[in-house]
Amino acid sequence: MSASDWLALKTTLELAALTTLVLLMLGTPLAWWLASTRSRMAVVIEAVVALPLVLPPTVLGFYMLVALGPNGLIGGLMESLGLPHLAFTFTGLVLASTLYSLPFMVQPLKDAFAAVGTRMTEAAATLRASTRDSFFSIVLPLSRRGLLTAITLTFAHTLGEFGVVLMVGGNIPGQTRVLSIALYDHAESMDYAGAGLLAGGLLAASFLMLLSVYALNRRYRVVHP
Amino acid sequence: MTIRARLQLNRADFTLDVDAQFPLRGVSAVFGASGSGKTTLLRCIAGLERAAGVLQVNGEIWQDETLFMPVHQRPLGYVFQEASLFPHLSVRANLEYGYKRIAPAARRVRLEQVVEWLGLRPLLDRRDTVKLSGGERQRVAIGRALLASPRLLLMDEPLSALDASSKQEILPYLEALHRDLEIPVVYVSHALEEVARLADHLLLLEQGKLIANGPLQEVLARLDLPTAHREDAGVVVEATIAEHDDAYRMTRLTLGENSLWTGHLNPPLGTLIRVRIMARDVSISVQPPHPSSISNILKARITEMQAEGCDKVNVRLSVGQSEVVIARITRRSRDLLQLSVGMAVFAQIKSVALT
Repeated sequence: MSASDWLALKTTLELAALTTLVLLMLGTPLAWWLASTRSRMAVVIEAVVALPLVLPPTVLGFYMLVALGPNGLIGGLMESLGLPHLAFTFTGLVLASTLYSLPFMVQPLKDAFAAVGTRMTEAAATLRASTRDSFFSIVLPLSRRGLLTAITLTFAHTLGEFGVVLMVGGNIPGQTRVLSIALYDHAESMDYAGAGLLAGGLLAASFLMLLSVYALNRRYRVVHP
Repeated sequence: MTIRARLQLNRADFTLDVDAQFPLRGVSAVFGASGSGKTTLLRCIAGLERAAGVLQVNGEIWQDETLFMPVHQRPLGYVFQEASLFPHLSVRANLEYGYKRIAPAARRVRLEQVVEWLGLRPLLDRRDTVKLSGGERQRVAIGRALLASPRLLLMDEPLSALDASSKQEILPYLEALHRDLEIPVVYVSHALEEVARLADHLLLLEQGKLIANGPLQEVLARLDLPTAHREDAGVVVEATIAEHDDAYRMTRLTLGENSLWTGHLNPPLGTLIRVRIMARDVSISVQPPHPSSISNILKARITEMQAEGCDKVNVRLSVGQSEVVIARITRRSRDLLQLSVGMAVFAQIKSVALT
């Protein structure tokens, strides 16, 4: 692997890790809200969260590019605060990836939270636990399978993203040039050996991650009474 | 020392509308058919459902027009129909869950006491709570609730999910709870047998409305309530063990100034026990009966009669100073004997059931 490929790997891992972390913090309360609310708005929010599953990444990437750019909603705000806009930056990439991988974090978490059931939190409440307390002491531990699935899927999904990165990030080494783009470059320049190495690596990594999730899920099966 | 509850809850298919005041002492049973709103009432008291109205427990306001104390701030314990143990925690951690969450100064029992009392020592370090038997799980759930030092214990049909043998395993603990601990209990049940055995006070619910509220013995002695129309209708009385006849293996009970012979009972002389006298086990004669295989014949006076179905009559009889029994006889017998209110008769009691 060339030095630029190593750099792309580093950027990719950083992006995936950061995106997963951000989504964990934003997606958890969102998933909890979706699992427990009776609001009619929930169905709309759920559809919005699921959009990235069906939308071509270039569509999402295009809107993000516009929003993050100097004349966009987010980029414009940044510039008015005296900060640089976010198009073609690593931060912009993290923001776009967060949106792009949102359903991969929220849906498994929501299902896991819903499966815990209200009875457990009711029992905790009658034992003096506040809502926040019972979320951390009861709901999260009982959702660990869903949590693990959500983290792995989000990480793996961000690892392989291409269209959004291309639109929002471009191809700046050390900043926005990720593995899938490096792979594309290799193939473009007929370097099939280099492309094959990256493709094989991504394939193996994705498979191993999914394998470990399914294996762990089998081991830590939580049975409800 | 009372609970005052004026609660209203409207659901699409059900309305709860209860205005009750009852003693915060001993066991108060909430009894009614399924769908009568018993569990909903209990959940409203706990704050698990949000009804409109006022709830005052021992002078402390848990809910009124402006205030709704969240569940976790109410000093209560709740035992659900299914034990609802936390499956990721060991038995010990389940027991300690509520205990750890109250201030040390507010703790009124220690883990050791509860473990000893409910016989939980062998289970303490079990992690696989799902593999415990139904009775074991429910014992842990009761212990877990007690360790939160509740000032009011709410129990929602804690025996109904158990098989007969597990029920027999738990019942003595519930009786001991009643006897030994000074925690008032509100006990929801649709089994009259359990209620007759455990309760001191009875609230009768029908279609979300309170139709009777009073001491257990008084309510069960009323002919105008649905309880009088059940197959197992009857009164509950307190009797004292007065004599053991070892030759015939029988025990004599005193009930006021009257005596009742029954099959041999274990408790020692002088013990006060609770017995149920079923309406179907009481018959009436107008003259002192001839020698009969039924040995319990009491002088009685008819105080009330009510039709039961199309062919039977429930007759309320006062025996002795203050005791009351109900007899269920046929309409034909009533007419043949020309029974009327105020008449002096003899009540024959075929058997008494220990509750």
